[in-house]
Amino acid sequence: MSGEDRRAVVRTAAAIGIATGTYGISFGVLSVAAGLTVAQTCAMSLLVFTGASQFAAVGVLGAGGSAAAAIAPALLLAGRNALYGLSLVPVLRGRIGSRALQSQLVIDESTAMARAQDGPAAARFAFLATGISVFVCWNAGTALGALAGTGLASPSALGLDAMFPAAFLALLAPQLRRPGAPAAAIAGAVIATVLVPVTAAGVPILASALGVVAGLAVRHRSLRRARP
Amino acid sequence: MTWSALLLLAAGSYALKATGPVALGRRQLPAGAVEVLELLSIPVLAGLVAVQTLNSGGELVLDARVPAVAVAGVLVWRRAPFLVVVFAAAATAAVLRLL
Repeated sequence: MSGEDRRAVVRTAAAIGIATGTYGISFGVLSVAAGLTVAQTCAMSLLVFTGASQFAAVGVLGAGGSAAAAIAPALLLAGRNALYGLSLVPVLRGRIGSRALQSQLVIDESTAMARAQDGPAAARFAFLATGISVFVCWNAGTALGALAGTGLASPSALGLDAMFPAAFLALLAPQLRRPGAPAAAIAGAVIATVLVPVTAAGVPILASALGVVAGLAVRHRSLRRARP
Repeated sequence: MTWSALLLLAAGSYALKATGPVALGRRQLPAGAVEVLELLSIPVLAGLVAVQTLNSGGELVLDARVPAVAVAGVLVWRRAPFLVVVFAAAATAAVLRLL
């Protein structure tokens, strides 16, 4: 990997880090608005370090759900990190201790950057550069947002409750181009909406995962049709 | 949220991330499992959008969040940056509640 290639990767990693940092600020604000302390908010970004899951957990808590109801959808959303980790097995080599540390950096951005490179050495460099950049910026942003958020007025008067669904929509949209994805999204939204009045908080979001069945059905039908 | 719940979430998230690099080595998941994992985040995110837009203490409610999320939807479609989408939604809801 040439010095020029490395510099290009570092520039991209820094840009991704800054973008994620601003997103970390909104997480810090929302987490404190949902009732977590500043210390808990910062600990969550350090230890959980998966944006969508963290937003999901504080979203359920902010809406009055129990801790158990908050953890379930957060772990469902974190399920894709397991897939990323599996795809990164050839990239993340070294001793078990070093692999264990690097595992914490397995997220959307670091995986996407690793996949965009040619060869395992470049992939490893891109994974680490992006993972470290995002980790530093995400945690700095969270701390800033959490500290600013404690001074804020009523969350709903400021429209902070509308930030959650807007954030999830922005995370969802780029994924909708995959086959079966729109059907899975519609099914998930319908299941969750129908269950809101009849189940405990958190259950509708957990049950929305069943929308995956509609997505798989559509995907398999379109694959069959594509075959000659 | 209690500290023990937070640590449980952290442990679960980490276990998911570390499964491949630490535990599984070079063994592969079955193709069906990979397909489900790939799609799983999509209905969950859509469910989150619906619930966070319409739920108010266990009831379905149409309030300022609905136009706010509609504004967010237009901005996402126009490929606006993440922060613009999120703060435009907050501003829409805040302004509607002032009126």
